[in-house]
Amino acid sequence: MLTCKQFLSELSDYLDEKTSAEVKAKLQRHITECPNCWVICDTTKKTIQVYKGMESCTIPEDVHSRLMAAVERKIAACKKQ
Amino acid sequence: MAIDTTPAPPAEAPSDELDLVARAKAGDGAAFSVLINRYEGKIFRLAMNITQNREDAEDVLQEAFFKAYEHLAQFQGNSKFYTWIVRIAVNQALMKLRKRKSDRTISLDEQIDTGEDMVVREVAAWDPDPEERYSRDEMNGILTEAIDGLLPIYKTVFTLRDVDGLSTEETAEVLDLTVPAVKSRLLRARLQLRDKLTRFFKRKGDDAFAYM
Repeated sequence: MLTCKQFLSELSDYLDEKTSAEVKAKLQRHITECPNCWVICDTTKKTIQVYKGMESCTIPEDVHSRLMAAVERKIAACKKQ
Repeated sequence: MAIDTTPAPPAEAPSDELDLVARAKAGDGAAFSVLINRYEGKIFRLAMNITQNREDAEDVLQEAFFKAYEHLAQFQGNSKFYTWIVRIAVNQALMKLRKRKSDRTISLDEQIDTGEDMVVREVAAWDPDPEERYSRDEMNGILTEAIDGLLPIYKTVFTLRDVDGLSTEETAEVLDLTVPAVKSRLLRARLQLRDKLTRFFKRKGDDAFAYM
């Protein structure tokens, strides 16, 4: 039986489906027997999912305007050379 | 809105990307602007994550796109344009940090893991649909506040890997970390975020109980 610490150290690979079949079976056995680790596994999976669904970041309008103006100047300067 | 628990598809570069890069290489400024519009938000967020300073982040953003434009000829299309420009932006951001603390070399790998950040403090089942409890703005506020509370290296690894959808190998490459270093930071970031979000999303009536 895995310890909870061993389970935690493999959790990311388990959620990313990167573990070997043998390790996966051990991890699955652990969460059927350890309610705490089941909760941690389930809520970590949901954590990843809520961030995947997060609205894409918007850039502040003033930062965007200055970037576009600066890049335009850069492109014009490159063309002159 | 229910939480989608199906695995997200791997992030693919949009199919028009190579064409846009080719046109930009040929001097088409409009094509380069399309690439900027596509990635400026992510690059700015990344620069904020690393520098923790809006002014520096804006400098990094501009310098990254300048450098990308100057070196477009070197972009071979073997990687996604996004991973290429992320690598440029990370280097620019690290240079900013070095200038700020000119007496020592800084890398994203400098923070030593003590193991204490692996501790799980709150274990409680979540509401099946926590997003129903909050408005979209409140939800975004909660997620942003939680991620802002992480150390820069955890924030950066989590954002690239789990929000932007880069692979572990791509994340390692752009941050100049080893694959095991990315994995260990990703695990810590995920566990810390889970801990922070549990305070908001735990099922009503469930008390957290001690773990380990």
